[in-house]
Amino acid sequence: MKNQVLLLLFLGVTLGWGSPPAKGQDRFYTKTGYISFFSKAPLEDIEAHNRQVVSFLDFKTGDLVFSVPMKAFAFKKSLMQEHFNENYVESDRYPKATFKGKVLEIQQVNLALDNLYKVVVEGVLTIHGVDKLIRTNATLQVKGRQVQGKSTFSVTPQEFNIQIPSLVKEHIARQIDITVDMLYVPYVTKNL
Amino acid sequence: MKLFKYAFLAAMVAFCTSHTAAAQEDLLKLAEAQDSTREGPMQATFKGTRLVNGHTVETNGAGALLFLISHRFGALNSGAYTFWGLDQATIRLGLEYGLNDRLTLGMGRSSLEKTYDGFLKYRVAYQKPAGLPVSVTAFASTALKSQNWLNAENNYDFAHRLTYTYQVLIARKFSDRLSLQVSPSMVHRNLVETPTGETNVLAVGAGGRFKVTKRTSFNAEYFYLLPGETADAFRNTLSLGVDIETGGHVFQLMATNAQGMIEKFFIPQNGGTWSNGDIYFGFNISRVFGVKEQKKW
Repeated sequence: MKNQVLLLLFLGVTLGWGSPPAKGQDRFYTKTGYISFFSKAPLEDIEAHNRQVVSFLDFKTGDLVFSVPMKAFAFKKSLMQEHFNENYVESDRYPKATFKGKVLEIQQVNLALDNLYKVVVEGVLTIHGVDKLIRTNATLQVKGRQVQGKSTFSVTPQEFNIQIPSLVKEHIARQIDITVDMLYVPYVTKNL
Repeated sequence: MKLFKYAFLAAMVAFCTSHTAAAQEDLLKLAEAQDSTREGPMQATFKGTRLVNGHTVETNGAGALLFLISHRFGALNSGAYTFWGLDQATIRLGLEYGLNDRLTLGMGRSSLEKTYDGFLKYRVAYQKPAGLPVSVTAFASTALKSQNWLNAENNYDFAHRLTYTYQVLIARKFSDRLSLQVSPSMVHRNLVETPTGETNVLAVGAGGRFKVTKRTSFNAEYFYLLPGETADAFRNTLSLGVDIETGGHVFQLMATNAQGMIEKFFIPQNGGTWSNGDIYFGFNISRVFGVKEQKKW
């Protein structure tokens, strides 16, 4: 049995399945990332905050992912929050928004050097079950053993097939500004 | 040979891109597994604080003030002379305020018997996606009949004007479309109209909603009087309705065999029958005002 496993492993490695796993110090993550969105509308501004975003950033490959629990967006009014989940983003059907992408030219970021790096992020943002390719500027600030990532970009509800009934058209702006602020710490896999 | 080379290159490119995509997919799975969101309470079991006549498990959020206008026309079988009931109207105006997310205080006044009512609603438990299967709300109300006594010489006490209702509302949101509720109820009357009348009337309400679209739902509600003198003399209440939600408003249109809009009327003293055409069309309109904005958000 052990031999078979070894053989499989050997085969796997020689045939190039999977890459060698990233070393511990390459993978950074956060479980308490912050994302907010703001939309200026004629009748009232809509604003929501989410402090429970999970994100991973691999400094070896540049891979960057976000998992955003939609129900964790907190609004000023509980009714707004209910409508957001119930009528617009349909959180029961699409509980999470996700991003899968890359930080381009991640090599320029030197984790050993405290500095602010300007980077470009590119990837697929999925909200309400709809995928959209986005590309945005971001900053990565290395501070000791932590990295703070920040970005702002805009989306429209239409891009994600979020329908707004004509009755409440005036309430909701065409453009929604999204702010991302993540404090990454090294991800250490628990050795079982 | 050249063809082979290109094919090989194409395969390599495909392999590499698929590889990064796969790596990102794995990383995303890892991220989703880290999810620290506590399984929050089930939201929006019902659109309104009323299913049709009766209360739902929903309480107002903290600091939310709800203004509710309930209106019932006259009975359909009153004929053409009263324009099938549309000439007449009974109305209830109500205000409900959420002291916090769980506790709501409300008051109202019905034109029927010039009745004032006040109630307390407390959300005992929330349905959780990965926990408790139902939401539970406790409801207690007092109704005060302020109409002048027909035979004032009978020396009535003030207490004779009062009726109390107690309910346990138990609801489950089965899916994003279907929610059902059962409401064991007890109505206590300090004064009964007839010598054989029951002071305490027991009933069970059952009902639910089915969402037709994101903003509209079809509702049904039935109050069953447990066997007894009241069940013999009066009728169970069947109500059908439609909810239409537009932002801060919920419009509820309904047809019911009860004319009154508070428990005191539609549970123990409902004489209307659907088959006789004692059908009252009506509507509830609610508007929510944010009196106090949430501090922690």
